[in-house]
Amino acid sequence: MNKIQANDMDYKALNEVLRTDQTETYLSGCCGQRFIGAGMSNKAITIDGIPGNALGAYLNGAVITVNGNAQDAVGDTMNDGQIVIHGNIGDAAGYAMRGGKIFVKGNAGYRAGIHMKAYKDKIPVLIIGGHAGSFLGEYQAGGIIIVLGLYEDDRPIVGNFPCTGMHGGKMFLRSTCSDIHFPHQVTARELHAEEKDELSAYLREYCDLFGFDLNTMLDAPFTVITPDSKNPYKQMYVQN
Amino acid sequence: MDMKKEGQVRIPSGCAIAAVISKEGRRMSGEAIINAMKPMHDRSNGLGGGFAGYGIYPAYKDFYALHMFFDSRTTRKECEAFLKERFEIVFSELIPTRKIKAITDEPIIWRYFVSPLSSVYTAMQIDEKEFIARTVMQINAQMDGAYVFSSGKNMGAFKAVGFPEDVGVFYQLEEYEGYSWTAHGRYPTNTPGWWGGAHPFTLLDWSIVHNGEISSYDANRRFIEMFGYQCTLQTDTEVITYIMDYLIRVQGLTLREAANVVAAPFWSTIERKTDPAEQEKYRYLRTVFSSLLITGPFSIVLGFEGGLMALNDRLKLRSMVIGEKDDKTFIASEESAIRAMEPDAQHIWAPAGGEPVIIQVKDGAFE
Repeated sequence: MNKIQANDMDYKALNEVLRTDQTETYLSGCCGQRFIGAGMSNKAITIDGIPGNALGAYLNGAVITVNGNAQDAVGDTMNDGQIVIHGNIGDAAGYAMRGGKIFVKGNAGYRAGIHMKAYKDKIPVLIIGGHAGSFLGEYQAGGIIIVLGLYEDDRPIVGNFPCTGMHGGKMFLRSTCSDIHFPHQVTARELHAEEKDELSAYLREYCDLFGFDLNTMLDAPFTVITPDSKNPYKQMYVQN
Repeated sequence: MDMKKEGQVRIPSGCAIAAVISKEGRRMSGEAIINAMKPMHDRSNGLGGGFAGYGIYPAYKDFYALHMFFDSRTTRKECEAFLKERFEIVFSELIPTRKIKAITDEPIIWRYFVSPLSSVYTAMQIDEKEFIARTVMQINAQMDGAYVFSSGKNMGAFKAVGFPEDVGVFYQLEEYEGYSWTAHGRYPTNTPGWWGGAHPFTLLDWSIVHNGEISSYDANRRFIEMFGYQCTLQTDTEVITYIMDYLIRVQGLTLREAANVVAAPFWSTIERKTDPAEQEKYRYLRTVFSSLLITGPFSIVLGFEGGLMALNDRLKLRSMVIGEKDDKTFIASEESAIRAMEPDAQHIWAPAGGEPVIIQVKDGAFE
């Protein structure tokens, strides 16, 4: 394993080192360097410290593990791979991601999963252990967003205006969501019994990573949110 | 080539803010706040950096500290003659700076510790603070080549064109000690950036550092200019400073109420409030001060005597995190900046959009 002390390196120098032929890298003393692992494949990066914005942007198969918090725009437009955050995550996590998985043990900021999309076998998954801020899944066009609300605090499982502009994909919230206001173009309903396997499949890996018990996790009410139509803009401009 | 000033050119484009306060009123050198700006270097573009420190002038704490830029010695002499008609100048000097390659073309930078002449403001039938505010407006709007960039008691702003970490070295901030500090790294979005246009923007002991670009600038400006404020710089942060002064000092609102005016909840959010009294308060504030709603992205830290208030726009279109360690609270655009000040900071969290976070030094500890 290649060990890098990131303390005084700027992001360009740091990514330069990461791009050299190493399959496993341990990064310590990270403090705000942006774009770590951007576009990388076939690589595992473990980070101590605080990685900067756009961690794993355009990630293309690499696995990134952060032993703490991460900042904004993690996994921006990521295509494949896995990002595991053992703390909280900033705003706009998984921005426009179109493949791969982001697993967050703690809370997420505003606009998590904004404009996530999917295509054929490319189905991105974003799982948040705590609560998510406002505008969760804004303009979601595809993929899976799961928020678990595992920790007791004074915040609701999701802030205001979730699913604004959502027109694809699926969201699972581990709550009855009785006090959450959803927009008109989505349907929020209880989890159907036959969907439990699908949900378990997403959560198994998450539970293994962070040491949670899957059965306990599933033994709670889940709300499923899907858009009413796959194409809400049908006939808005042209017949399509 | 003449340097273009604010408003003469538009530059399409982010920013960095950071702050620290000791709730015990323990004074810290400016070194930590300079360090906070280093990991956020790429959020600025070298066109402006600045700091505000509170509690830095204990020996002159009863006097207003006017920090001023002058374009020439003649302007300074003229301005001093004007000041002497209105104030007793207790002490004045060049603000000490360090010659460094990263900071060039500095104006003449001077500070005056002053006491307003009561005979003058009594004749105008206004109080001392209003007199200071009007004097600052008059100089900045009418005296070509002179600019007051700080006018509070026992506090001061320090700003320049350059990267913030260099601006801190330029002003020798490690020599000052304050119970709170704010900092800004500028990435100008609409204006070219000159020394006066760097943040913080201040009036009396209010100071604002701001990351964002408000879209309501002109609506806010037109309203606030009805009350004697003059926006001389065409930058959105200047108007926020005057809005805060107007709402809190002039109108007597609390900090939280002022936050609820500028970052008011959506009507739909107000309609869903379950506490009728709270709902009525939000309705009232939105209705009475509708022209002071600030729209567009912002994260700001408002500094004032004895405290700081952090606030995001209601949609939270800019990042801001908060952390703590012992008696200190840290605020920054990025957690990395907090870690640069205090590697072991705890309880890192992000306030919601429109949720003010107010940290005050315990009673009297800042005096």
